[in-house]
Amino acid sequence: MLWNAFVLALRAIYRNMMRSILTVLGVVIGVASVIAMVFLGDGTTAYITQNISKLGSNMLIILPGQDKSGPRTQDTSIKLFKIEDVEAIKREIYGIKAVAPGASKGVNAVYSNKNYSTSVEGRDNDYFIVKDWGLEDGRIFLPNELKSGKAVCIIGQTVKKELFGEQNAMGANIRLEKFSCQIIGVLQTKGASTFGLDQDNIILVPLKMFQRRLSGNLDIPMIQVSAHDNISTEEVKNNLLELFRERRRIRHGLEDDFYIRDLKDIIETVGSTTKMLTLLLGAVAAISLLVGGIGIMNIMLVSVTERTREIGIRLAIGAFEREVLLQFLVEAIVLSSLGGIIGIFLGISIAYFAAMSFEIPFIFNKEIVLIAFFFSTLVGVVFGYFPARKAARLDPIDALRHE
Amino acid sequence: MKTKSALIELRDVSKVYGHMSTATYALKNVNIKIQRGEFIAIMGPSGSGKSTCMNIIGCLDSPSDGSFLFEGLNVTGLNRNQRAVLRRNYLGFVFQGFNLLGRTSALENVELPLIYKGVKALERKEMATKALEMVGLADVLSHTPGELSGGQQQRVAIARAIVTQPLILLADEPTGNLDSKRSREIMELLKKFNKEKNITIIMVTHEEEMALYADKIFRFKDGMIVEGEK
Repeated sequence: MLWNAFVLALRAIYRNMMRSILTVLGVVIGVASVIAMVFLGDGTTAYITQNISKLGSNMLIILPGQDKSGPRTQDTSIKLFKIEDVEAIKREIYGIKAVAPGASKGVNAVYSNKNYSTSVEGRDNDYFIVKDWGLEDGRIFLPNELKSGKAVCIIGQTVKKELFGEQNAMGANIRLEKFSCQIIGVLQTKGASTFGLDQDNIILVPLKMFQRRLSGNLDIPMIQVSAHDNISTEEVKNNLLELFRERRRIRHGLEDDFYIRDLKDIIETVGSTTKMLTLLLGAVAAISLLVGGIGIMNIMLVSVTERTREIGIRLAIGAFEREVLLQFLVEAIVLSSLGGIIGIFLGISIAYFAAMSFEIPFIFNKEIVLIAFFFSTLVGVVFGYFPARKAARLDPIDALRHE
Repeated sequence: MKTKSALIELRDVSKVYGHMSTATYALKNVNIKIQRGEFIAIMGPSGSGKSTCMNIIGCLDSPSDGSFLFEGLNVTGLNRNQRAVLRRNYLGFVFQGFNLLGRTSALENVELPLIYKGVKALERKEMATKALEMVGLADVLSHTPGELSGGQQQRVAIARAIVTQPLILLADEPTGNLDSKRSREIMELLKKFNKEKNITIIMVTHEEEMALYADKIFRFKDGMIVEGEK
């Protein structure tokens, strides 16, 4: 009986090729869109997370003042850091890979007849470790250049492009405010940060030189600390807090006048945002699955109405109700699962090629494939079966008279 | 002579539609006896109950009152599946509108009742081919209804009805959609199966010319038989 139903179902599918194709298409669209959406959502999340971790590995940032949201006010009473603080960290905190003090100022960089407004940062060589950033050309600072505060600089790709275009920048002198400095290196391309800032728009000079010629004081407004990979940043952060409270003589119970930012916290915040993004995409996908389901439902309902007479003929020549139903059930299962399988392949291919062209990672999510497949197959079967059941329960003569 | 029971016997059969005050009788106390091998024509104006009577004999419908005997067995109270068993084993149907499956070859249409009877594929094909040969359609086996003329379609329907070698062939206005030449051909075909295969034929028609092929004519009016014999 099952074999008969199978034969009859295949004949009916073949006979109604157009309708069969439309049904399959409904399932294909539903399954493929869910798979593509969720895969791409996961890929985007992974992409953003990767990007944030590119900001620096295991990085902590020590800043003066208090961690307040909202606009920053120029509070002159805030005590900045000194070079002694940097040395103290190196001396007293365990598990530190690099400590990079930094000060920055917006300036207008001039070369021959071109000028470009950029940001000059006073740094030392630990900066390259903390930022995990290398040079494309030239060299990093020499110890004596750092010590004496020599007028040399390393420029970012954007600065190079704006001032030099295709020309060689190495060894050239550019003017920063009232003095000129010689270019000894060009940084590699870093690209835009996750927050949209152009990280290549930068000029690095020795910290000493920055203090003497640009800021005119020995203050250090920011220290970046990079911990070793196997050391928890949590632990380093606590040690740093203790050290700085002591150095800045903050009594027990009083608030800190500095704060430490862990890059991991930022990653977590952004991570939860992108999770929302995935959820949103998932919701959109669920709607397309639903719409696909309604499409299947429509075709099935219309086809059963159209086929009521056929059901009548089958019943009149002696088919049992359950034989007719079994045939319709087999038809629905065959069409829906065929659509489901095609949908899986199509969805994965779309996700794969989209991931390639958007340059985001391709992430395979087995659960979503299964959920999409079973849901749309279920819709196909349910809506193929129940209207048929209604028709098969009619009296054969009523079914035959159906127009 | 021993009293052999009739093939079909309707005793005081009534069919009512609706309830109480709105009740209308499609059939009112109808008594019919049909013997094996007879060719019966049922005539009457539309709404006279001839189709209802036919549907009851064809086990497509059940009577509201009275009893229906098939070879002496009371089959009045059978359920849907039991009636389906009677239909697939003993009855064949030919309808006015042919009622073939569209986009399906003549051969597959004729095979259909055999599939439900559980006949194996090879044997099924052989029987269906033979039935189509008998109605003179040996050369259009693979044609679909859309590629056949009305007369040919009705022949396919007849082949489908007789392929299971039924006891009774029920024909509801089989010539209703055909011109007179095709009609006569169909009637000759039915007559042939009646004579050669001893298949009992019960045919509803409103054309006197077609009714003349029958051995007996029952005339219906307002749900009752008004005239029994020829």
